[in-house]
Order: sequence, then structure tokens, then C-alpha cells
Amino acid sequence: MDYEIHVVAERSSLARQIVQVKPDLVLVDVADPSRDIIEELTLASGPLERPVALFVDRSDAGLSTAAIEAGLSAYVVDGLTASRVRPVLDAAIARFHLMQRMRAELDETKRALEDRKVIDRAKGLLMRVRGITEDEAYALLRKTAMDQNKRLADVAGALVTAAKLLG
Amino acid sequence: MRVTTLDIGFVPLVDAAPLIVAQEMGFAAEEGISLALRRAPSWSSARDALTFGQVNAAHMLAPVPVAMALGLGGVGGARVDVISVLSVNGTVVGINTELAARMHAAGYPFDFADATAAGRALITAVEGPLRIGVPFPFSMHAELVFYWLSSLGYPSPQSLIVRTVPPSLMADAIRAGEIDAFCVGEPWGSKVVESGTGQLLLPGAAIWAHAPEKVLAVRGDWASSEPELSGRLIRAVWRAGRWLDDAGGRSLAAELLARPEYLDINSELIERAMSGHLTISANGETRAVDRFIGFHDGAVSFPWRSQAAWIGGQIAARTGLERGRAMRDAAEVFRSDLHRGALASTGGDLPAASLRVEGALDTDERVPSQRGGDVKLCRDAFFDGARFDPKFT
Repeated sequence: MDYEIHVVAERSSLARQIVQVKPDLVLVDVADPSRDIIEELTLASGPLERPVALFVDRSDAGLSTAAIEAGLSAYVVDGLTASRVRPVLDAAIARFHLMQRMRAELDETKRALEDRKVIDRAKGLLMRVRGITEDEAYALLRKTAMDQNKRLADVAGALVTAAKLLG
Repeated sequence: MRVTTLDIGFVPLVDAAPLIVAQEMGFAAEEGISLALRRAPSWSSARDALTFGQVNAAHMLAPVPVAMALGLGGVGGARVDVISVLSVNGTVVGINTELAARMHAAGYPFDFADATAAGRALITAVEGPLRIGVPFPFSMHAELVFYWLSSLGYPSPQSLIVRTVPPSLMADAIRAGEIDAFCVGEPWGSKVVESGTGQLLLPGAAIWAHAPEKVLAVRGDWASSEPELSGRLIRAVWRAGRWLDDAGGRSLAAELLARPEYLDINSELIERAMSGHLTISANGETRAVDRFIGFHDGAVSFPWRSQAAWIGGQIAARTGLERGRAMRDAAEVFRSDLHRGALASTGGDLPAASLRVEGALDTDERVPSQRGGDVKLCRDAFFDGARFDPKFT
């Protein structure tokens, strides 16, 4: 079976684009509030001439739950059968899981980078004000963090903020 | 008492306050429950999380469980029951700056009170069909807009196009010219004002003084299998609503709601709805609205079967369903019986009746209560003086 895939990026024109593209299947990221716009199309009075329905596989409740847990909703146009939707949905679920992992990794990397930056600035402050080496400054931050039962980056952040306030 | 955790879905809006306050101010803990509040990005996802069992209960637009009972929207066959009303009113109607300018030029005073005058001024100012954004096809926003403009003789659906626009995207839709006007829950109307793309025209309360806005919804099978737990939830949320309507609670609530895990928006914007002091235009004009949003006073939490019947009747008239049957089916899902049962052990008294003529109170009135005393009900008039007598049994 061949598929033609359209990605809708501009949310404010979502309903209009769906009418233009005339899709058989619409996959929506559940985390996106614009899902409610598609919900409108499921009503008979919607701008689509063909009926749209939230895809629920009655023969296999697990598939619908898996999709929702993966953060995905599928809307089927014109009563596409479950056997035709299933491979598409399976692939989409796998892809969504992958995307979620990548997003989580990216967030983690970003945070680590931010932490590094603020720790470096705090070290620089300590080195200048107290006339100590970089290793000593790091050790001091670490000990303070351990004593106060806080994250190293949080202690460093507090120091940088305080230094800013004190000019 | 062992603490039971309940997963609760909510959509970031001021009227999620009773749920957030129940958890944060310890009303849930008093009942031995803890509310794990899960923010839903859209109404359809909150509804599906509820029907697929990912949450035990959800903050829901009052017409959604009614529509589901009529077989409209959502997963076919799933039944969702309303165990409490969380809020009345709390919505605003707004227009884009172009319409506002035309209405100003025509001498309209923007009193933010008279729905008849506002509607006539709007109808005069509109060129071509009026496109109004509402958060969901089944919402009190949609019902109020249809009711208001049809009652003034504006031809619907020929000239009135009601479009679904998620609350957080309302300002973008106005800016992009996709809609001319909107009806939305706070703080998203105030957000449009702040963005400089629109002006507020009316509070929803000016159209119907006691419109059931958000409800606490649970799966029908959960309500029957967990009467004890649902009772605890009803009581915790009822006490939170009482706290919200007592003087002093609302400023603190605005701070709570503003937190990143809840609305994640400036508390000053939330305070506007909570205090009823709204800024209606980018020039900073303000208007004060008595009872802009209600959580408790006047038996707000009580799910009147007649409220459900009104909603069911309106939806049926628009979608071509048989009206009497729709009203009956709708009334079934507003579980005034469960609400009564849960509050029996508290100091709270409720009306003796479960059905009433909606729109009959031009002023606050005391009516017979279930404990043989009386209980206060608030003014609930429709702007056009209509009354809805739910004669369907």
C-alpha cells in the first residue's frame, strides 16, 4: 500500500488544510492543543464532506490504548478498516516513542550544558574573590552542595545570582 | 486513614481552581485522598484520558458528558457521569480590534453588562458572516454564543460560523484573521487583550446569569463501583469551592494557579477573573463584574438535572436529534443523587429538588432544602428573560 504523507505545521489553518489535502487518515500529537480543531471535523456539520472519526480498534483495545499512551490520536476518514489503519498506526507509535526518547535526551543535554555554564561562572567568581585555584573553587562548591544537600548547579546558580545582586 | 491517590485530568483555566485548591490547601488530604493533577493539552485528550481509564476523574466542559450521552463526540458507547459542577460563568466574549473600532465609532459604550445592547451593536458592526472562535464544539461557550445571537434574530447557521479554537491559540487565531470574535474561559480572554489583538465585549454571565461552566466528570462504571472514593472526591472539591468563594481565598488561589505545573501564566491575569475586575481593552479600560465566576455560593456545585436537560435540548435542536429524548438522556448523566449522597455527612445543605425552571430567578432567592430548612440560590436569569421548564418526563 502506498502512502502520501502531508505534515501540517501551521496550526491556525489546520482545518482548512485538512479540507484541501483530503486525507484518509489524520494522526495527531495528543500534546498539541489543536487536536480539538480536528475534533470539530468529526461532527457532521464539519467542513469535510467525508465523515471523520476518532480511530478506535474494537477488535484490539490494546492498540488504541497504546496509541494514546504514546501520545498519539488517529482520526479516520470515511471508515477506513482497522486492518488498513493498523500498520500505519503501529509505525506511528514506534516513531512517537523514538521521538519522545530523543526529546528527553535533548532536554537532558540542554540542562547539562546550562549546568556546566553556571558552574563555570560560579567557579570564576570564587577564584577571583577568594584568590583560589579552579580545583579549589570546584571543591568548595561541591562541599557546600553536599553540606546543604543541594545540586551543585543550584548552589552555583545561587552564588551567581547573589553576585549579580551585590554588583 | 490510608491515602488513596486519584489521577485527575485538568485543562489550564481559572475554573480548574476547585481541583487545584482541593489538593494544595489540604481539602483532599482531609478526605484521605491525594489528587495527582495531570494537565491535558486539549478537551478531547482530557475526555479520552477519562474514557480510556488513564485518569479517574476530569475537569470537563459541562456539555461534553451531555453530548456523549447523545452519542456525539468521543468514543462511542462510553458513558461519563457528572458528580459535581465545578464552576458557573467565568467566560468572556470578545471581538477583534477592527470590530471594536467600528462599534466605538457608532457610539457603543462597552458597558460590559447589557447583552442585548452588545449583541445589537455587534450585529450592526459586522460585515459578512460573523466567525466566532470557541474552545470546543460542545462547550457552554458555543451554547451561549448560539443562544445569544439567535435570540437577537441573527440568522444561524447562515451568518454565524462557530469555529473550534483552543483557548491558548485564541489570540493567534484573531491575529491571523481566522476569526472575528471569540468566547473563551479566563485567563485566555485577558490574554487576547494583553496581546493587543482584541477587546472584551461581555462576560458570559451577562447572557445567562448561572451557566454551569465546568463539571467534575467520572466514568459511569467508576461512579457505581467506587461510591466511597467518589464521595470523598465530591466533598474535597466542594470544600475547596467554599474556600474559594469566601473572602480572601481568591488572591491566594490566583498565586497557586499561576504555578508552572498548573496554568503557568502571570498571576495578575488570573486575579482579574478571580476578583471580577477585568481589563477590557489594550488602553487599560477596566470593568467590574459582580459574580464573574462562582464556585460555591448559591449551590453552584449541585448538578441540576434541568441544567443538563437545557444543554441537551440546545444541542438536539442544532444537530437534528429528537429534543424530548435528548433532554431525558442528558438529565441522566447529571448525578444529583450521587452529589447529595456525598454531602449528606457534611454541614452543607442542598436544594430539595433536582429539577427546576432554569432562568426563573431574577434575584437571589431561598428555596426549600433537603434537610427541611432553606438554601440560597443565586439569580439565574437569561438575558432575554426566557425560562426553560424541563418538562420531559
